[in-house]
Parts: sequence; C-alpha cells; structure tokens
Amino acid sequence: MAVPFMYSYRSLWTRRLTTALTAVGMALVVFVFAAIAMLAEGLEKTLVETGSAENVAIVRKGAVSEVQSGISRDQAAILETWPGVATGRDGRLLAAKELVVLISLSKRGTDKPSHVVIRGVSPVSLVLKPQVRLTEGRMPRPGTNEIMAGSSVSRRFEGAGLGETIRFAMRDWKVVGLFDAGSTGFSSEIWGDVDTLMQAFRRPVYSIVIFRMSDQGSFQQIKNGIENDPRLTVEAKRETVFYADQSKALSTFLRVLGTSLTLIFSLGAVIGAMITMYSAVANRVSEIGTLRALGFARASILSAFLLESLFIGVVGGALGLVMASFLQFLTISTMNFQTFAELAFSFTLTFRIAAQSLVVALVMGLAGGLLPAVKASRMNIVDALRTG
Amino acid sequence: MAEPFVKIRNLSKSYWRGGRQVPVLAGIDIDVAEGEFLALMGPSGSGKSTLLNLMAGIDNADTGTIEIGGVEITSLTEAELTAWRSDNVGFIFQFYNLVPVLTALENVELPLVLQGLSRKERKERAAFFLGLVNLSERTDHYPGQLSGGEQQRVAIARAMVTDPLLLVADEPTGDLDRRSAEEVLELMEKLNREFKKVIVMVTHDPKSAERAHVIRHLEKGYLNAAP
Ligand SMILES: Nc1ncnc2c1ncn2[C@@H]1O[C@H](COP(=O)(O)OP(=O)(O)O)[C@@H](O)[C@H]1O
Ligand SMILES: [Mg+2]
Repeated sequence: MAVPFMYSYRSLWTRRLTTALTAVGMALVVFVFAAIAMLAEGLEKTLVETGSAENVAIVRKGAVSEVQSGISRDQAAILETWPGVATGRDGRLLAAKELVVLISLSKRGTDKPSHVVIRGVSPVSLVLKPQVRLTEGRMPRPGTNEIMAGSSVSRRFEGAGLGETIRFAMRDWKVVGLFDAGSTGFSSEIWGDVDTLMQAFRRPVYSIVIFRMSDQGSFQQIKNGIENDPRLTVEAKRETVFYADQSKALSTFLRVLGTSLTLIFSLGAVIGAMITMYSAVANRVSEIGTLRALGFARASILSAFLLESLFIGVVGGALGLVMASFLQFLTISTMNFQTFAELAFSFTLTFRIAAQSLVVALVMGLAGGLLPAVKASRMNIVDALRTG
Repeated sequence: MAEPFVKIRNLSKSYWRGGRQVPVLAGIDIDVAEGEFLALMGPSGSGKSTLLNLMAGIDNADTGTIEIGGVEITSLTEAELTAWRSDNVGFIFQFYNLVPVLTALENVELPLVLQGLSRKERKERAAFFLGLVNLSERTDHYPGQLSGGEQQRVAIARAMVTDPLLLVADEPTGDLDRRSAEEVLELMEKLNREFKKVIVMVTHDPKSAERAHVIRHLEKGYLNAAP
C-alpha cells in the first residue's frame, strides 16, 4: 500500500522554498527545450505552408533554393505546356514562370540592411498561391515600376509601406499594394511583374516554374517525364516539399541544438533535484524508520520519495511551459539559411512539444529522485529509528 | 498451563563493531502471558531495546525463535514480517515519532491506510481513538503544536487504531515530565485492563515499572531469573 499522497505533498510544502528553487531550475531547462522546439516547429510550419501539395515546383537541377536556380526561356516554355498542367476557369494553363532575386533593404528604425526576396510573378501566380491575398491597394501593372509588399515586409522594412517607394536595380519602385500570405514565407517577400523585373535586373533566365497538376496522383509520372527529358536540365518537386526542404537544415540544426542544450542544462537541474531529495531523505530518517515500523513496505517508501521529486518535475515542467507559451506572441525573423533572406515566423507550441516538455521534466524528476529514494527505501529500520 | 502469548527461545543477537562481534543478547528465553503488562528494566546498553525490536519484528535475530500469538515471526520473510507488523503490533516510541506534516487525526489514521479501509471508516476509527486518549479537540493540530504528553497520547492512539495484539513501548515516558508521564502510564494501564492488550514496555524508571504486572531485568544480554 502506498504512503498517502498527502504525506509527500505536505513534505514538499514544508520545504517550499527549496522545492520552488529546484522546480525553477527544471523550469528553465524545460523553457529552453520547449523554446527551441517551438522555433523549429514554427519555421517548418511556415515553410511547409508556403507551398501547395497540388503544385509542382521546378528549379535547375541541384539548386536547393530558388535564388540559386536558373531556367532558360526555352526550357521554361517547354515546362509551361507540359502535359498534365491544369487549366483555369478562363482556359489559361495554370503555370507561372517566376524570378526570385535577393535585394538589401534597411529595416525600419535602423540602418541595418537585411536581405529580402523580390519575386517576379505573373497573374497566374496568385491563382497558384491561394494563401496570398491582396489586402490593400492593387496589383502592380506590367511594364511599370510598381510592386506590392508582403505584410511582414511592409511592417519591418523602410519604404515598404503602401504608397512609399523602394530603390533597387537602379530604379525607384512604388508600393501600390499590400498582400498577406498568413504565416507563410510569401509574407516576407516583395512581388512585382516578372518581365519588368527581369529587365530591371538584366536577368535572362527565370528562377522557378510552378504549375498546378490537373491530377495530383500523376506527380511521379510528371516528375519522371520532366527529369528524363533530354532538353531539360531541371528537377521537379512538390511545392510543399520544395519549401520544406529549405527549412530542413535550419530546423535540424535547431533540434540538435535544443537537444544538446537540454542535455547540458538538465544535468545541472538533475543534480539540483538530487541534492534537494538527498537532504529531504537525510532530514527524515527517523520518519522513514517510523513508516517502515508501522508496516509500510520498502517499495512504498521508494514511491513516496519518487513521487516528491516527480511532483517537483511536474511543477517545473508546467512553469517552463507557461513561460515558453508566452513566446507564441513573438514573431521572429531570421535568416533562411538557404536563401539568406529574411523570413518571419512565430514560435509554435504544439501538443506534441508540450507533451515532450513534460516528459523531459518528469525524466529530470525521476533522475534526480531515484538515488535518494532508493537510499530511503534501503534503510534499516532499527538504525533509522535510532537516528534522533 | 495455557500457551504463553509471546514465547521466545534461545534468542541471540550481536552487532558487528569495528570488525568485532559484540554480543547484545545471549540465549534469551522469555514468555509473556496473554493479557500481561511486562516491564523490561536494566542498565543502559543491556539490550532492552534490541529485545523489544526483535519482538516487534523490526530487527532480525541471529539465532533462536520468537513466537507471537502462534506465529513464528523469526521464520517470516521480510514482506511477510512487514505485513504482520501492520496487523499485529502497535508502536510507542520515546520521542513519539509522529509524522510532523500530518495532523493528529491523520497520524492516527496512517496505519489504517494499510488495512484497506474506506476513507470514511478510517476517519471514524481514528477519531474514536483520538477521543479515547482525550484529544478530540486536537484533531487538526500538527505535532509541533502539541505538548510532549499530548504527542505521546496521539502516538498511543496511533498504536491502538489497528487493534493490534501487542503494544511495544520503548521508554514511553523517558521524554516526559512527571505529570504527563503519569497520564501516559495510566492510559497504558487502561489499554491493558480494558482492551486486553499485551504490553511490553522498556523503562529504566522504577516508578513507571511499578505499573506493570511483571518486571524483568536485563543484564549484559542475560535475563535475570524471573520473580
Ligand atoms: N545498530 C547497532 N549497531 C551497533 N551496535 C548496536 C546497534 N544497536 C544497538 N547496539 C549496541 O547494542 C547494545 C544494546 O543496545 P540497546 O538494545 O539499545 O540497549 P538498551 O536499550 O538497553 O540501552 C549497546 O551496546 C548498543 O551500543
Ligand atoms: Mg534503549
């Protein structure tokens, strides 16, 4: 039979200061763990949602990002009319040739320049990217120096507000529209007409060709056809996969970092818990002897003390999670390592991260409490009772 | 003659100290009759506590047998002995040994957790025994808020609550003033008289020992001849 839970709980309450300090130590570890996991999650979510599963993204063979890619005009023309491309309601093929260029812009309030993606699009691009909605103003007209800015770009960059102008490619560009693309990477981009931008940047080639498949199930067949065509030097991916792959390096790095930091910090928290629990055991030797004399088994003593340290773990885990959950209100902008462009995303707390964080906390509680609890349970009754 | 309640034969126990074996009890034979109140006396270090602990099943003998209420406890496994203690022995310690984080009532209730009673039954039983030791008003007090005499009475209620066959008391008045000691001793006499508990009490106070029916003297691990 177990020692009543009340006993463990009140014992913790009696030494609430050390209990709290120990729990805070664990909370910090859980905070670090959860924060980094939330960062990786937010990054992945943003980049995965940037694509649509029914779209095929085609870039030059071996190009990891759109910026590194180049597709010549004649290859693009072949791809645009590839069999299996869906047609829109107006009968147009749902395929877009896009240009992606990085420019340097100053952030609002600072002179610090940062890279921003400029995407040259055609009207079909908006059909292919239903996440993108014009929120203010209008679409840029082809043949003019007009652009539209994504919501997070217009907020954070100098000159990117509606009606303002930005200078790049030796011209001034007027922001005539603002668009929102939710939490996707497109919100961190500036869009203009593709042909106008190619002229301005003197680029002879497109960066990416995107088209909607008329039949999603035909992806593998389309991919094989494109990649085996001797006229083409490109590779095809589902658009979702294409953008998710861009986040892989960074999110993997974050996960490794998170795990290593958690391991290092948790060592400290576990030692803290161990010290706390050893002193709890040392202070209650005769109490342990009494409980054993009254008929509580060794296993009951073991679980009573384990319960105490697990409880500290739960408190620490909950506290750490609460602290980490506030991070959700932050939007982080970071370099996308593949494109070196600014990418805005948020810490994302998922049920899985919360559960993993609590497991981390419980494991710390268990690791810190196990040896002291074993020591308590191993005591000889008579020796324990003789201890004042 | 009726079988004795406690029957101890040829009981020996020694401790190891600095690589040397130190005999504490050397071939003890002792009987405690049904309904008896026995006082164990003797100088400090003579092995009184050791003998009491062996009878209470919290220590292991080197040789010899202890039979209590027909059960030979010297041949029980540790788990069996633990269960046997919770059913059959009530402990009264010199320093009360109440759990400081539990209230008087919760302390008395504690041994009942092992008896598989419902919460309500436990509370009722514990309250009854707290009343028996005249501490009904102290139900929600913590040990730290009680006097030594009161704490010892709570401990007696805790020892009685499972209705054990045997009460063991190691210097139960050793830490109490005269008045509290008298109260505790009167209570123990009452438990022996009215509840027919077999009591074995270690004491080195002759006045306390007078309350017992039988007094046995331990001397360097040997029992002096019975009176
Ligand atoms: N756990 C132990 N380890 C070593 N020696 C012990 C232990 N318990 C008791 N002793 C020794 O055994 C002897 C008898 O102790 P005890 O039974 O406590 O005597 P009493 O209660 O009569 O004062 C003493 O010499 C004591 O030091
Ligand atoms: Mg003693």
